[in-house]
Amino acid sequence: MPQLTLVQAINLALAQEMEADPRIIILGEDVGKNGGVFRVTEGLQARFGADRVVDSPLAESGIMGSAIGLAMAGLRPIPEIQFEGFLGPAYDQLTNHAARYRTRSRGAVTIPMTVRVPVGGGIHAPELHSDSPEAIYAHTPGLKVVMPASPYDAKGLLISAIRDPDPVVFFEPKRIYRAFREEVPEEEYTVPIGKAKVVETGSDLTIVSWGASVLQCIEAMDKLPEDISVELIDLRTIYPFDQDAIIESVQKTGRCVVVQEAPKTCGMASEIATVVQEHCFLHLKAPVQRVCGFDTVMPYYKLELEYLPNAERILEAVMSCAAY
Amino acid sequence: MTSMPASAAPSPASGKSKYTLSAKLPDATLHKWLRDLMLIREFELKTMAAYQQAKIGGFCHIYIGQEAVVVGTFGAVNHDDPVVTAYRDHGHALARGMSARACMAEMFGKAAGCAKGKGGSMHMFDKPNWLFGGHGIVGAQTALGTGLAFAARYEYEVLKTGPKKVCLSYMGDGALNQGCFHEAQNLAGLYSLPVIFIVENNGYSMGTSIERGTTMAHNLCLKAAGYGIDAIQIDGMDVMSLYDQFKPFADKCRAEQRPGFVDLKTYRYQGHSMSDPQKYRTKEEVAKFQERDTIMTLSNYLLNERKSLSEAEYQKIQADVRDEVKDSVEFSENAPVPELSELYTDVYAEPMPNLSPSGEYTHGAKNPLL
Repeated sequence: MPQLTLVQAINLALAQEMEADPRIIILGEDVGKNGGVFRVTEGLQARFGADRVVDSPLAESGIMGSAIGLAMAGLRPIPEIQFEGFLGPAYDQLTNHAARYRTRSRGAVTIPMTVRVPVGGGIHAPELHSDSPEAIYAHTPGLKVVMPASPYDAKGLLISAIRDPDPVVFFEPKRIYRAFREEVPEEEYTVPIGKAKVVETGSDLTIVSWGASVLQCIEAMDKLPEDISVELIDLRTIYPFDQDAIIESVQKTGRCVVVQEAPKTCGMASEIATVVQEHCFLHLKAPVQRVCGFDTVMPYYKLELEYLPNAERILEAVMSCAAY
Repeated sequence: MTSMPASAAPSPASGKSKYTLSAKLPDATLHKWLRDLMLIREFELKTMAAYQQAKIGGFCHIYIGQEAVVVGTFGAVNHDDPVVTAYRDHGHALARGMSARACMAEMFGKAAGCAKGKGGSMHMFDKPNWLFGGHGIVGAQTALGTGLAFAARYEYEVLKTGPKKVCLSYMGDGALNQGCFHEAQNLAGLYSLPVIFIVENNGYSMGTSIERGTTMAHNLCLKAAGYGIDAIQIDGMDVMSLYDQFKPFADKCRAEQRPGFVDLKTYRYQGHSMSDPQKYRTKEEVAKFQERDTIMTLSNYLLNERKSLSEAEYQKIQADVRDEVKDSVEFSENAPVPELSELYTDVYAEPMPNLSPSGEYTHGAKNPLL
């Protein structure tokens, strides 16, 4: 079985799905000749032609709007937006159009579109290129939001997203694009949207995280004292998120720490903490803790690692929650 | 605002018809056009009345005065050519074949509406008639038109599953100033997509006259030239002369699979929306356009010049559309409101656990009116 990076796993999924379904069209800035800003679409234009892997001008509203038009007509567009910050110009199309057509047309017009967006910090980029806006899109009924934390999940989730009948925002954590390799099956498979993954099982405390932060959680767990047993849940899908997995785990452990890169206020961590208190109130032995980015603009790279949740901050939260 | 009886209309200046292509169309086609124009006019009059009686919620934008635009341009293309438009969309829906009942019930918020009362006045969707929606965000629908044209060309050239199509992407003149429209034109020009951007240029974006809102208002075609898009200016007050000019233009866009831009001069007799004090124009200006009303012109041509329609037949059409619209209002008044469970339907293809704490997810039934 090949050992692939997250970038290679996504590229493989795109190629295999395009091979199987001629209705799939990729469009975005530099996705063709250059293979994408992070080289995720490398080689696809040469293989599938410029009719299917389309270089577009720098025009996110136009890219997103055209992709929605393609989807309305029954094709399966996969627009790429180069950085999550560039979703700004496309926000109108995504939230006012794509998210609403199924409702607005009572199911007659649907948008089977997968929007691929590199997300998050940790690559020394300026702030507009390092944000974690997943909660904004999770807060938009009609959209699904996915964020893998491993090459295996990236391939399986992307295939699910492409085959999904509704619009999916597929966030790719750029910090772990090439951070590590793992075994990824050559054949096609799906990882279901809406299902979390228990990365490590444990009995004393539950950590819930997603995206690149999962790696920071694993690093923190390596530093834990022997006598604390921690369960780590990788959410994988931000919306619709797997409430059952979280509830089941926290009812077992009685303690919960949520880790996210995004600013603390009104993030997914807040939503998860609420779900925990709604469903696990009598099981809780300590208040739910959140380890998050700060309620500030994402800093430029010299301070970036202070902003992002790191192993030390996660460890501190886990220890204080365990000792409560 | 009903059209002037044809007998009172001025007779044509000369015996020789000024019309070219449209004059060669069969009587039945032109009579159908007249009926469509009159149906939209009557429908909009009753819409205004229902809105004033608070039977219609939300916002409401009336099409009266612009009817020739949809009837003439739709007449020049095929039924399976995709259409996307802005929020002044009742005329587009009716001219594309949506029933008056489905259109009116939608505005009443009733379950029998074209979108089960979930969309309202600005969001007329009718997929069987290739109408991909009215859209509320000014200019944003133009990129959807670009995408629909991309899909059409892809289906024709790559998948080989469809005919040569052309997409009609309507917009108001206010959309000229929105960024998305410029991205849409650039993409259409760049990729050579068969989309015609039809500016329904009624001279005002809400209360701002066009020359106060956009550059080159005297010659919008030059704007399109910047994107390598062929452009044409057409007077949109007379449905037959509109067709005469638009038909060859649309045929060329289809044949060459190229984009087009049409500055279609038209005029809305009513305010921007139902709550518009209209301080920005004079009654005299409105009257000047009403003198060239398309229903008056066409009925006059059919009755007095072409002599294909009798006075009795004209009165019959008038009575028929009145009945049809009256029926649509009565139908909408008596139609049931959507079930409470409709709050949870048609958000995603599959049920979602947390759409509502109590709602059972269901799929909406098909609308028999479409």
